[in-house]
Amino acid sequence: MKALKVLATLVVPAVVLMACSSTPDKPASTTATSAAKSADDKDATAKPSADSGKAATTPIAAPAESKPETKTAKDAAAALKNVIYFDYDKSEIKAEFRDVVSAHAAFLAKNATSTVTIEGHCDERGTREYNIALGDRRANAVRQMLMLQGVSSKQISTISYGEERPVAMGHDEASWSQNRRAVFIYVNK
Amino acid sequence: MNKFARYLLAVTLIFVSLAARAALTIEITEGVEGALPVAVVPFLFDAPQGAPSPPENVSAVVAADLQRSGRFKLLAERDILSRPFEPAGINFRDWRMLGMDNIVIGKIKPIATGFDIQFYVFDVIKGTQIKAFTVQSKPSELRAVAHQISDIIYEALTGERGAFSTRVAYVTVHQRASGERSFALNVADADGENPREILNSPTELLSPAWSPDGRKIAYSRFVKDHFVLYAQDIAAGTPEVLASYPGHNGAPAWSPDGKRIALVLSKLKITDAPNYDIYVLDVQSKELTRITENWANETEPTWSPDGKYIAYVSDRGGKPQIYRRAVTGGKEERVTFEGTENLRPIYSPNGKMLATVQGNSGEYRIVVLDLETGQQRVVSEGTLDESPSFAPNGSMILFAATYKNVQMLSAVSVDGRVKQRIPESSGSVREPAWSPF
Repeated sequence: MKALKVLATLVVPAVVLMACSSTPDKPASTTATSAAKSADDKDATAKPSADSGKAATTPIAAPAESKPETKTAKDAAAALKNVIYFDYDKSEIKAEFRDVVSAHAAFLAKNATSTVTIEGHCDERGTREYNIALGDRRANAVRQMLMLQGVSSKQISTISYGEERPVAMGHDEASWSQNRRAVFIYVNK
Repeated sequence: MNKFARYLLAVTLIFVSLAARAALTIEITEGVEGALPVAVVPFLFDAPQGAPSPPENVSAVVAADLQRSGRFKLLAERDILSRPFEPAGINFRDWRMLGMDNIVIGKIKPIATGFDIQFYVFDVIKGTQIKAFTVQSKPSELRAVAHQISDIIYEALTGERGAFSTRVAYVTVHQRASGERSFALNVADADGENPREILNSPTELLSPAWSPDGRKIAYSRFVKDHFVLYAQDIAAGTPEVLASYPGHNGAPAWSPDGKRIALVLSKLKITDAPNYDIYVLDVQSKELTRITENWANETEPTWSPDGKYIAYVSDRGGKPQIYRRAVTGGKEERVTFEGTENLRPIYSPNGKMLATVQGNSGEYRIVVLDLETGQQRVVSEGTLDESPSFAPNGSMILFAATYKNVQMLSAVSVDGRVKQRIPESSGSVREPAWSPF
């Protein structure tokens, strides 16, 4: 199970990074992704001994700096994942994304001067003003979860874009599922 | 189906704007059975040989207006064999044999200040005159005068006020090669002609709403990190901030007297937890009155034409449905009971109906609900229809639809029988708003 988790944390961020960086009208996410990435590199280089110490016991051959056994490296790896997805017309945070939110919470709790903006988004169905409210519900569901895990409200701001800033332009579930999302944006590290 | 196909062939009419700028074109996709057969005889140009033609073909504009309303079946010009231009020249038997109920005849004559137009409306069956008018027009006003003539004829034949001299506002989105988008708020004549951009924005524009005097449009625009509510004077071009509270400022709906605006706010203070609720803003004093206050989200208000009620969307039951409350306070009542969800309610001009966007299994269509009987009629095909707006005479609903992956406007008669598609030549269109009279 741990192996699967490792695989997931390697594969999913890569896919998500590709999706985020291909959106031309959201330069902030690309900045955020690279900011999170450099944080990851920093952590990796800061603790090389811990990583190599655990390397022998891991069943999967994976790059040294993304071993999840050490807490910092795991947090950093999860922190790369800056998008979570929602079910149609819902704002509940799904079980599969709780770790992602927790990773951001841990980072923010540890770095009290860091601030995050949570963007809430919807797919195109329904009406525009209603979707602004729904996007806001999604962003605030994330905000609540962060605060429950010790993040100060002063570190969190939310923006709802409703259906106005999709990443996928199709009129089918494949596109809609990508658009129903909350995005973590860090402006300063 | 066969009958409709025949009507389709008979009534398809396409306008193409000659302006270089992007324009709307109107395609009638479904005609109506029982439309009144009428002939608009091309008006005589009463001028000496070689006189310059009028800048607009007045009778052609009138014929197109009447056709577009869906209430009339116009006789094709090629089938109009005789061209009377005054009462004495009409042979009623000929027109009865063509199956006409009514004919319109007229003539246009150049005068010093422009043109003099005379027109007549006749009942072919009885052989009697219904209307006779003379109007004078400057050359630059000729098209507007043609629309006024259409209004007169429409009212004479249907008993209902014509909406041919009205305008439509709509938002267009253009995407540059760089991927950057720009948004424009446009106003065009009700037939799609003369589009002009009244506002351009690098960020999103939502929810345009005409003031009852037709002079201003309220809208919501994304600024920095939230949507702000503005009102723009169309003639002067000056925007005024109506509401810029922390959080969302959106979904404006003017009161019938134009003195107040219902709107949606999500927080009054920056430290508030967000909660979407309906408020009423006094346009002059900017004083706020709260209309809804509960844990659920309320949005998309619409003001009843008698000024007494505000209907809105609430998600308190899980899925969004329509509720209403008296402006002066009192109990909230649920209004919609059919469909998985109902959104974006709009009162009809006579206050007896509510158009909504109804979702069923993820498909969205325009529905018209009779408030007295509780019966509803689905008037559009879906599946991504949104933002319905009534014509000021209540006869048609303009809305946004996605057709073959392109966002465009559509129109449907309130009984659902006449359907029109309105593609825009250069970009994607959304958020239509039909002007008042």
